[in-house]
Amino acid sequence: MNFDIGIWIAAFLTLGIMSFLYKDNPWYKISEAIFIGLSAGYWFVSLFWQNLVSKLWDNLWPALDALFTRGEFTGGLLYLIAGILGLMMLMRLVPQIGWISRWPLALVVGATAGLQFINYLVSNGVIQVYNTITPLFGPVSEAGGIAPVTDVWHGLGNALILVGTFTGLVYFFFSKEHKGFFGGAARVGTWFLMITFGASFGYTVMSRMSLLIGRLDFLVNTWITGIFT
Amino acid sequence: MKHSASSTFAFLFLFLIFTGVLFAQDEPIDSAMVDSVATAVEEMVPVNPPKPAQLDIVQDNPGDAGSSIHVSWILSPDDGAGDNDVTSYIIYRSESPTGPFEAVGSASRGLVEFEDATTTDGIEYYYYVETVAGDDSARSSISRPIKSSAQWFSTKDIDTFIIGLMISLSVIFFIFAAQKGKELYLRKIAGLEAVDEAIGRATEMGRPILFIPGILDMDDVQTVAGITILGRIAKTIANYDTKLNMPVSRSIVMTTARETVKQAYVAAGRPEGYSDDMVHYLTDEQFGYVAAVDGIMVREKPATCFYLGAFFAESLIMAETGNSIGAIQIAGTAMPAQLPFFVAACDYTLIGEELFAASAYLSGEPKQLGSLKGQDIGKMIAMAAILIGCGLFTVASITNSESLLSLANTFRSIFSAS
Repeated sequence: MNFDIGIWIAAFLTLGIMSFLYKDNPWYKISEAIFIGLSAGYWFVSLFWQNLVSKLWDNLWPALDALFTRGEFTGGLLYLIAGILGLMMLMRLVPQIGWISRWPLALVVGATAGLQFINYLVSNGVIQVYNTITPLFGPVSEAGGIAPVTDVWHGLGNALILVGTFTGLVYFFFSKEHKGFFGGAARVGTWFLMITFGASFGYTVMSRMSLLIGRLDFLVNTWITGIFT
Repeated sequence: MKHSASSTFAFLFLFLIFTGVLFAQDEPIDSAMVDSVATAVEEMVPVNPPKPAQLDIVQDNPGDAGSSIHVSWILSPDDGAGDNDVTSYIIYRSESPTGPFEAVGSASRGLVEFEDATTTDGIEYYYYVETVAGDDSARSSISRPIKSSAQWFSTKDIDTFIIGLMISLSVIFFIFAAQKGKELYLRKIAGLEAVDEAIGRATEMGRPILFIPGILDMDDVQTVAGITILGRIAKTIANYDTKLNMPVSRSIVMTTARETVKQAYVAAGRPEGYSDDMVHYLTDEQFGYVAAVDGIMVREKPATCFYLGAFFAESLIMAETGNSIGAIQIAGTAMPAQLPFFVAACDYTLIGEELFAASAYLSGEPKQLGSLKGQDIGKMIAMAAILIGCGLFTVASITNSESLLSLANTFRSIFSAS
């Protein structure tokens, strides 16, 4: 019999989390509390060493050392700004000056919006337009890296991409009510979305099944088999 | 490798003699003799190097952040034809024309360019390309000295810049129009119409409202959108005097959400109703967070659940649990893989950009409305470009018109973001 304490704890917690399928119960509550407590502690330590120490302190300390020992101004001093912003975040712990914590938050949100603007414009807009521009039929289109459309299925595929993208854009157009032709196009766009979601649903369910199989494999082949060997 | 007929014949002749000698011997094989015969065979097979590739362009990559040099060459005449089968090209680099040169990369046969992304700006480098065909190789001439450098503007992205500028100017135009009092129409979004109804239901039932802002940090635009919508929802919650429960998985999201909810309560004239406990941190760990949220759901039985932000595998677990307790569920995300689960398990789902439109729709603020209208201009540009581009390519392809095909390619290249 295998008395590996780690395997027994893992099996106990796995079954505890799975017991939620029956209903909320003390076993689940214990497993949940252990999971949350351990993971929160783990993340605290992880973030401390990976962010505070390795990204801030390890860059800032040599710069401060160079400044105070040799009088040199190095690029690492820029990390001082990040450190100050971090300290400003902690100001909310002092109610009288808690408003200071809004400044670094404003910087994070504003910088995020600005940086993501280009990313989203390129990935969700420009590149999608580029890839949608294809001939619907006709054999001559090799220039520009587009394969010639030599059979009806290829042309039909390109036409589906065109109709799906165009009607999808119509659905996400907010300045006009979905009525008449516009409403019909938006409805077609909805169909495309739903068919895509259906395919994605099936694909993802199968991948989740593989996760379940992984846990069952652990319970049967590692834990139970270990008991009887 | 292709050899001439005479060299092949000579090789076979020697090989047969060598084999015959081996079999004719009664004594064990003498290794010295084997070596001497092998050497003789090697000497008989002529070295036949491939024709070398010729350097074409060696230059600093324009419009980049430096540390990169572009090397291109004209294919060896033996690449795909000729006497030798070229297998690859090896790119060598040195800081001196006399060497020593070191290999910095390789390219398969048929390829004509290489990006050396390991340069140090300001240092002069010399390059040559070695054409490899089996065991044989041939070098190109050595390039002139070249330095990499960084540029302030990426000229490759000028098209993207213009498109972004057009959308930005549209946004500014509509913001000014809205601020001057012009009424901007926005179509109804089904999920948002149900927000007030869902909050009212929780109030009537005396149960809390659960708000999940996703599991990413404030550097994700979906989280920002979710928190923006939270401001409007929290104001209604404050007006209705309903309980809000918002577990989060990121510390900065917690800070931002607390600030947002607090402001909403102040704006609703009920600052005393706000408590920091409404927004509380659980853990950064994805499934630890889900386990805790599920526990909260089955114990507190919220009447309404909002899932607005970025979600991953936890989406279905939470939405199914919310469904099992009979809560009204309104979800919104731009994660394509998770949308199907929300559509299946929730009452209303904000799909993709509807999440971003929701905050403008709910608030009715000129800045957000103008922003949304400006984005619609961007969509109009995209729709027009797709129709024009497909039309040009199709007509060019049918009519076999070179000029029209060139025009179509030029038009399409506008959207070829680097």
